[in-house]
Amino acid sequence: MARLEINSVSKAFGAARPADGLSLAVEPGEIVAVFGPSGSGKTVLLRMIAGMFEPDDGDILIGGRSVVGAPPERRGIGMAFQNFALFPHMTARDNIASGLRASGNEVARRVAAISKLLKIEHVLGHAPRELSNGQKQRTALARALIGNPDVLLLDDPLRNVDAKLRYEMRLELPNLLRRGTAAVLYVTQDYREAMAIADRIAVLIDGRLAQVATPADIYAQPASVAIARLFGDPTINLAEVSPVAEHGMLSAEVAGARMRLAAADGTASLGSCWLGVRPEDLAVSSASSDGAIPARILAITPMHEKAVLLLRLADGTEWLAALPPDAPQGAADDGVFVRFASDAAMLFDRATGLRIGASPRLKAA
Amino acid sequence: MEHSSLAGRIFRGVALTLILIFFMFPIVWIFLMSFQTNEQILRIPPRILFEPTFANYEALISGQLRTAAGNLQISFMRNLFNSVVLSSAAVLLALLLGVPAAYAFARFKFRLGESIAFTLLSFRFAPPLLVLLPLSLYYQELGLNDTYFGIVWVYQLIALPLILWIVRGYFEDISPDIEHAYRLAGHSWREAFTRIAVPLAGPGIAAAGLLSFIFCWNNFVFALILASADKQPVTVGALAFVTASGIQYGQIAAAIVLSVTPTLLLALYAQRYLVEGLSLGAVKG
Repeated sequence: MARLEINSVSKAFGAARPADGLSLAVEPGEIVAVFGPSGSGKTVLLRMIAGMFEPDDGDILIGGRSVVGAPPERRGIGMAFQNFALFPHMTARDNIASGLRASGNEVARRVAAISKLLKIEHVLGHAPRELSNGQKQRTALARALIGNPDVLLLDDPLRNVDAKLRYEMRLELPNLLRRGTAAVLYVTQDYREAMAIADRIAVLIDGRLAQVATPADIYAQPASVAIARLFGDPTINLAEVSPVAEHGMLSAEVAGARMRLAAADGTASLGSCWLGVRPEDLAVSSASSDGAIPARILAITPMHEKAVLLLRLADGTEWLAALPPDAPQGAADDGVFVRFASDAAMLFDRATGLRIGASPRLKAA
Repeated sequence: MEHSSLAGRIFRGVALTLILIFFMFPIVWIFLMSFQTNEQILRIPPRILFEPTFANYEALISGQLRTAAGNLQISFMRNLFNSVVLSSAAVLLALLLGVPAAYAFARFKFRLGESIAFTLLSFRFAPPLLVLLPLSLYYQELGLNDTYFGIVWVYQLIALPLILWIVRGYFEDISPDIEHAYRLAGHSWREAFTRIAVPLAGPGIAAAGLLSFIFCWNNFVFALILASADKQPVTVGALAFVTASGIQYGQIAAAIVLSVTPTLLLALYAQRYLVEGLSLGAVKG
């Protein structure tokens, strides 16, 4: 039972600053996904915790004790690598057992237990080169898990396995990781994986934590426009607006149509903003009505579980709408009208990119 | 790779045969010579068919060289023993020093690291004859002249750079993550070095060791200048066959056969590692 605590950690490599005052705490038994675009410093953070290099500044504590300067083998950390990093000259069994310092019987018992859990009992005698990528990944996970480490670091472990297996592992991993009491830090570049596996997501952008929150909160209430764009497929629709307050309601003109946004919190005017609406929050119909944006369908991509429409609004902005597959969609080149509920609209400050105010959705949450 | 055309295959076969004959003929001829007397060898024209004699080998092993001018003591077996001792010791020492050094150069960035590595390599650039004179003066001062240790030490000029640079490439090819994984599993860096890095670089270490063994074995001038008769290897010892009463071709041939055999067997045995090792180390992403 040990808490992982990262206190204003910084690291620079020449001009690059992959960690710039990072602070994060992971409770025992909690899974925190570190999510961010490539090059945002995720792997550097993990490697500082693992002791492959030391932070320039700040402190890393495991169970209340600083581990900065301690050799990797004394930190009580288990780690699974993106490229598996199995020992090629050892069998899967020896790979898994490499972390145990126990008697032969005890080792055999624990290897058997963990490999049963990960369903790799039948390949224990194989060398890593004889394993499929999925089996390699499971072996690497078994090796990281077997010592019951205080802190478990997973560096994009599903990056190199095929799509089907990735889905399978996304379902299995949370249970597997919660079995122990390790504080789990899970690095990924795939927002779906982060949302499926983690209790909380820490969004890392340019060496800084942009937001740390539950998956649902991050999706519904992204702290900035950059985060809003990282989560969601298709990505969030944006439009440049200058909202005004009338009769206690904020509204803005989007492509010639006046759209109601939210209740005004006394602010008279917000200046230039980004309006963000998720594609699945858009409704498309052929009938005109008040508060609908005229648009033209440019293309339709049927994706079975949903249909994605590429729309061009009257002012030329291109938006995407994700609709249920059975909803009436029209055909390409049709003129349509686009609507969204006022509480689905998010407003971001144009200059800073930060989300403005508490939307009705936030109050509801 | 697959040339399926018949003409291509025939051409390839003929070309390979010609090359093989060109390079193998001297070895075959030396082998045949070693079973002939000096008179048979010097006969013109030479004959393929002859009465084989073991006199040459007998002379080498017994150490009695019979020439027209009388019996001569030679110490060929002693030279052969010296060769084995000197080359093995030199390679062993070079591995002990060179493998950890190669690891350090591969894994750690330190001040003057590249310069030191290059300086070690540059020892191979200087012609041995150039450094021999000052070296022999040093050796006389230090009392290293005509000692096994002195020759093993000077052989480091041959073996150490070779091992250092070949093995370094191997260590660089091993993903550092593999060693990190081993350390996170609770092992010190020393264990990571001996249980992960060294076994994974094994083929490269074997290839480098074998190559430097052959280079040490074949060295002539270092031992010629720095050692006296009882410490000299076969390469120098073969000079004894140039006698006052003529050159003993038969014994020279037998001596060559005997001195080539160990390295040839070693190379044949390790051929797989040698080719695999050298090419693996060279091809990097």
